Amino acid sequence: MTTPLLSVQGLAIDYQTRRGSVHAVRDLSFDLHRGETLAIIGESGSGKSTLATGLIRLSPRSARVTAGKIVYDGKDGSADVLRMDDDDLRHYRWGGCALVFQAALNSFNPVISIWDHFLDTARAHGLRHEARTRTMADELLDLVHLDARRVLRAYPHELSGGMKQRVLIALALLLRPGVLILDEPTPALDILTQRAIIDLLRELRRELQFSLIFISHDLSLAAELADRMLTMYAGRIVEEGQVEDVFYRPRHPYTVGLLRAVPRVSGVLGSIGSIPGSPPDLIRLPTGCTYAARCWLVIEACRAEDPPLLRTDGERHAAACIRWETLREQLGTDAEIPVAAKLADAAL
Amino acid sequence: MTALIELERVTRTFVTPAGPLRAVNEVSIALDRGEAMCLVGESGCGKTTTGRLLAGLLRPSGGRVLFEGEDVWLSRGPARARFRRAVQLVHQDPYASLNPTRTVQQVLTAPLLHHGIARGGRDAVARATALLELVDLTPPEDMLAKYPHQLSGGQRQRVAIARALTVEPRVIVADEAVSMVDVSISIGLLDVLLDLRERLGVTVILITHDLAVARYFARGGRVGVMYLGRLVEAGRTEALVEDAAHPYTAALVSAVPEADPRITRSKERVRLRSAEVPSLLELPKGCVFHPRCPLAETGLCDVVVPELLPLDGREVACHIALRERRPAAELLGVAAAV
Repeated sequence: MTTPLLSVQGLAIDYQTRRGSVHAVRDLSFDLHRGETLAIIGESGSGKSTLATGLIRLSPRSARVTAGKIVYDGKDGSADVLRMDDDDLRHYRWGGCALVFQAALNSFNPVISIWDHFLDTARAHGLRHEARTRTMADELLDLVHLDARRVLRAYPHELSGGMKQRVLIALALLLRPGVLILDEPTPALDILTQRAIIDLLRELRRELQFSLIFISHDLSLAAELADRMLTMYAGRIVEEGQVEDVFYRPRHPYTVGLLRAVPRVSGVLGSIGSIPGSPPDLIRLPTGCTYAARCWLVIEACRAEDPPLLRTDGERHAAACIRWETLREQLGTDAEIPVAAKLADAAL
Repeated sequence: MTALIELERVTRTFVTPAGPLRAVNEVSIALDRGEAMCLVGESGCGKTTTGRLLAGLLRPSGGRVLFEGEDVWLSRGPARARFRRAVQLVHQDPYASLNPTRTVQQVLTAPLLHHGIARGGRDAVARATALLELVDLTPPEDMLAKYPHQLSGGQRQRVAIARALTVEPRVIVADEAVSMVDVSISIGLLDVLLDLRERLGVTVILITHDLAVARYFARGGRVGVMYLGRLVEAGRTEALVEDAAHPYTAALVSAVPEADPRITRSKERVRLRSAEVPSLLELPKGCVFHPRCPLAETGLCDVVVPELLPLDGREVACHIALRERRPAAELLGVAAAV
């Protein structure tokens, strides 16, 4: 296997608060390969946004990386992002790895035109040739199906939510990054607009061949776009695998809980229910598995030690659960039917 | 039989600097006691305005709002007060709808005492405790002393529901009540609302942009789909989701991303003629959907406003669907969603 484009190894990020350290990201490792689309799925407080800003070293001041490495294997060889000097970091941000923030629709400067956003970005990264920037902006806006002549002249408030999201994606791609990170890419967008953005991302990836990480609470986005996915819970990865494996053969009870919690428009409704309880306090984490208090498969051993990611039956499929084999038995058939349908008969 | 609450060709126009904006256009909805209904639509379709009209928070510009057959905007005195109490609204954002300086006990006992529902302070606390149990906030004794910031989003929304229940309403209008809470707990909130319907016979109207949520919540009930201020299709949830009659409903169903890779990657999409949503200030002539509709016929759809008329156990406002009497998916040449 080739070296990954981005490799996160044992990353830990804490926030300092008056009550103590919040362990927002804990011992987190994953690889992103060239051309791959990776979905990171988690709920609020799972650490997914902390991870997103951490990947480009833009964490707020109260955050501290306490362990780990982020190795980016770019055009100029591989380097640890956490050890880059200011110059290298400027190249890496946007040029290597571009992030479209959560609530991105508000991340425009309201008093400058869209063209000035492109120009500012280009200048900040050393592209002084205005005509060239213009050509690049035209091309990218065309790729996201916007009329460049109209949009570049516009101010942010003149664009709809869907158009703003397209502009941000075009802007993020201005320096042709190797990795595009989207934190909640379709927030508060209408169904038809959301559909258009999903189709657009698929198209762009085919066209420009970048790697994509998107971070979301929305499982359906992972089902639509991802090759591989990670489920995060309480700052850790609890399951990792190919999309089909995770959706049809999940091996962590939390993933099963999430899959059961999402109603569907097509197919059988099956057994739908929410996950009982609430996530643990990230300052005073319980000993043992952090999901134990909400898990129906819990046994004494679960409370003794936080389980590492264990290899399961699928290819590159791992779960941080010592009970994954029991879970597999409960889910029964490996056929590709939704978990909620499988569980409709199984006793929980 | 008289419906419990009814909108009768209700229109609501807002005055804006750019001209009159018709947010809700001749919408008729009737709900019986204990019914569950979802209003679905994209932003700007008028679903929230419709909810506010139902709750009596907005006065219609045209048409009537009826409660037990009586025009609520003509009623005075006790009849008006009765309507006010009978219909309660649960807002979208539980972080904004609760006063941060009031404890849960204060939030719940204030309306109980104000309306004289509780006989004194001790009774009010007892009733508040019972309400917290009803919305599954346990143990209630621990919850009473808490301030909103000490609660999670899901817990706050449960408090908001309990608050709506203090005045013993007959209708609850929940506007995007679960769109701001985590996926793993949103089903629990929907179940609380459904449970109230079961146990107390409360009529519940959920306003949502999420078709999957609508399908779950209104299973066995009804769904209404709105577009640019108009109700374009309404009917039994299963019929509407599995076999849409209006091309707009069919387009929505086909566009929803699903949490199932096989299904979502193989679904056939309805291709609209335009991605642009017309402005409410300049509504298209004829059918409001015609500029985007793949089935639109010149001379008909761009001229005549379609009436909402019955078709196979639902109502639909589409010239073509009503004439052809076939599901929209078939007319559009895409495989049905299921």
